[in-house]
Amino acid sequence: MNQTQEKAISCRELTKQFGDFVAVNKITFDVEAGEIFGFLGANGAGKTTAMRMLCGLSYPTSGQASVASFDVYKQQESIKKTIGYMSQKFSLYENLTVLENIEFFGGIYGLSDKELKLKSDELVSTLGLGPEARKLVGSLPLGWKQKLAFSVAIIHEPRIVFLDEPTGGVDPVTRRQFWDLIYAAADRGITIFVTTHYMDEAEYCNRISIMVDGKVEALDSPGNLKRQFNTDSMDDVFYQLARGAKRSAD
Amino acid sequence: MRILKFLLRKEFRQIFRDKSILAMIFLMPTIQLIIMPQAANFDVKNVNLAVVDNDHSTYSQRLITKVSSSGYFRIVDASPSFKQALRSVEDNEADLIMEIPAGFERNLVREGSQKLSLAVDAINGTKATIGGAYLSRIIGDFNNDIRLQWIQPGRFNDMTVIDVTSSNWFNPLGEYYFFMVPGILVLLLTLVGGFLSALNIVREKEIGTIEQINVTPIKKWQFILGKMIPFWVLGMLIFTIGLAIARFVYGIIPVGSLVTLYTFAGVYMIALLGFGLLISTYSDTQVQAMFVAFFFIMIFILMSGLFTSVDSMPPWARAIAYMTPVTHFIDVVRMIVLKGSGFADISRQLLYEVGFAIVLNGWAILNYRKTS
Repeated sequence: MNQTQEKAISCRELTKQFGDFVAVNKITFDVEAGEIFGFLGANGAGKTTAMRMLCGLSYPTSGQASVASFDVYKQQESIKKTIGYMSQKFSLYENLTVLENIEFFGGIYGLSDKELKLKSDELVSTLGLGPEARKLVGSLPLGWKQKLAFSVAIIHEPRIVFLDEPTGGVDPVTRRQFWDLIYAAADRGITIFVTTHYMDEAEYCNRISIMVDGKVEALDSPGNLKRQFNTDSMDDVFYQLARGAKRSAD
Repeated sequence: MRILKFLLRKEFRQIFRDKSILAMIFLMPTIQLIIMPQAANFDVKNVNLAVVDNDHSTYSQRLITKVSSSGYFRIVDASPSFKQALRSVEDNEADLIMEIPAGFERNLVREGSQKLSLAVDAINGTKATIGGAYLSRIIGDFNNDIRLQWIQPGRFNDMTVIDVTSSNWFNPLGEYYFFMVPGILVLLLTLVGGFLSALNIVREKEIGTIEQINVTPIKKWQFILGKMIPFWVLGMLIFTIGLAIARFVYGIIPVGSLVTLYTFAGVYMIALLGFGLLISTYSDTQVQAMFVAFFFIMIFILMSGLFTSVDSMPPWARAIAYMTPVTHFIDVVRMIVLKGSGFADISRQLLYEVGFAIVLNGWAILNYRKTS
């Protein structure tokens, strides 16, 4: 455990098996504190399963992992205090307003009334939500919803935030704005663990890993990976690795 | 405690924002409590009777007149033969056949006895059996009339007639409402409480918000309490509306104490919500939860003694009936509202409900996992 003390995330042969199906097969990697770590892979490669184990939502079958030096088997509730999570499915309450969602999630993370007020004002101004703050979340456009979901996921200033395809279905302009938010969070010292299918987004990460059929097949900075695979685009790197995949998309 | 406050605030906001749930909570019990007791009435009237008179005598005519003037029967057919009368039963026109044999009057007068035959269409069991019982009683009456007429008093003094008069305690007029309204009130509370709580958590599973909750450091008991308290409050509100309807529409004022009644209802609601939560922890979709809840609630209601008497069930069925929380609540509501029973009288049932509440909720909390 000693050498992983300063790591944000540390996995050693982490495995998840559903019956005969090995969804995540002995993955091993570290994520440094403060890093933006891209977690890439085709559909069905096991990204979400791996992420759920790290968030304490699912028990690993074997292997070790620690998040913020808390063990994923025994200290899930401690992990949950130190992380933020934005799932693939939009998961704010659509029948609550923006402010009510902020109040609810801030409240259950234990923010005081004063902090809640401060955070609400801050979010409304950074997201540029004027009168929309009092509208039901369900009535907002998808881009705004995603930005709001991200802001709510880090409302309690976690040490690490897990983002599962946060920009799926979002237009390029909004995606750029979304990444501005991610950079701002990273500047505040929050470690970012993000999955994506957009290779331009992969370029924004400090380091990326690419999963194929439950295994991590490559892990390095985008520049090094391009050199390693002798190409000048991330698209090509991903294609060279993922075309060997046997699992079909989900 | 602070976390619970946020959970409750969120839950109440969502409930009061959902128009269809609001309608289900307030309108459904009101309308059903006004309609169902009027319709679910076991008094049998308008039994369709086919008469086969093979005697055509004064006596047979008198019997027929007596039956038709009782107000319970409608003579729909006067056939010359049993066979033909049977056809009207087959055509669903008659529920009962009364056949008066040839020589009815002669045998009555000469031998003092005569057999009559009644045939009952048992498809609509309740109507026919109760109708048959009414008819037997009318014939018995007719029999007495004749005896008085023909047999001189004094000659057969030893043939005392036992005259049975009965009076209905706790419901002196034998009003059906008094029996049904408290029962239907329980039923509505069960439906609303059972379904709403079963569907609520599953709904969060379906739209994915539960994952966002599970990834927070919230405690299991906080989450479950945050779900239970709003529905408990709604349940008690419905119960209160129901009691008000019972009071103002049917004039039913609980004889017993309201404190006893509400205490029992409160414990019952906790047991019922535990049942709903338990189902929701096992289901992944609202459709699943709906079917499972429906299955159990159907059994609860049919076995509960609302429509039929638990005491007349076979022993195995009675065992099942006692295993359902609804049975005891219906029993107790009737006891408190109509008889004025106190805590001492209902302590056994109350203990049952406390048991249900502990088992169902404990099971639900154990089975709800933040990490799968």
